[in-house]
Amino acid sequence: MAAIQPRISVEYKDEATIVAFTDEKILEETDVRALREAVESVVEQAPGIHLVLDFRHVKFLSSAVLGLLIRISKRVYEHEGELRLCNIHPGIHEVFKITRLTSVFEIYEDVESATRSFSERR
Amino acid sequence: MAAESPVKCTLVVESQPSALNRPCRQILSALDARGFTQDDIFAVHLALEEAFLNAVKHGNKMDASKKVRIEYCVDAEKVEICITDEGEGFDPGTIPDPRVGENLYRPEGRGLLLISSYMHDVKYTEGGTCMRMVRYKGRPIGEPDKASVH
Repeated sequence: MAAIQPRISVEYKDEATIVAFTDEKILEETDVRALREAVESVVEQAPGIHLVLDFRHVKFLSSAVLGLLIRISKRVYEHEGELRLCNIHPGIHEVFKITRLTSVFEIYEDVESATRSFSERR
Repeated sequence: MAAESPVKCTLVVESQPSALNRPCRQILSALDARGFTQDDIFAVHLALEEAFLNAVKHGNKMDASKKVRIEYCVDAEKVEICITDEGEGFDPGTIPDPRVGENLYRPEGRGLLLISSYMHDVKYTEGGTCMRMVRYKGRPIGEPDKASVH
């Protein structure tokens, strides 16, 4: 597992790339910008990526992070990849429900089910 | 034992996102000391971050010469926070609903929705430069008579 600028960690499992956000709180625009650059760099290096974003460490985020996820999602699909989210803390899941982003993102309980979903879709 | 006496404070801070750190710690500590739930604390933290960022970014447009005033009062039943910027104000009625149509796929515009969802009472005064928001201890969000924007 590689740690990048301690904001994310990257792990490869089966044919999926698991990117975990390592900060407990993601708030400021500088944090969000750093995350965007880090994740986009992973996406751009792997056309057709099967990307899982793992939120297991994240207990608090701002609406700027929701915007970040929209941007990442667009970038993944531009590169003909697929995106899944997982391990979302209940409080944060409520934020996704309020903003109706539960209808935009495919959200799974854990890394295993998110990873499995790629092969089940074929 | 939970503190019962109200705490009231006014702070004037710089127009930069990190300037919220100290006031935010103070407010969340006051909530914790008065027995507010973890859901309350999460909600107030989120609304405070969103409101302050709006004041700095959209109100004061990151102008270092402008300030943001944060007034808060926490008692045994509720927390009331007023955030005032030195910008030109805005009409919250003109902000598009981020949950509808193509807006769902726009990266911006969800801050006000989160504030009005997580706080029980939200009002804009002074032409939109001042936002007053209230959350009552232990009351769930989404109660129709309170979770509204005026």
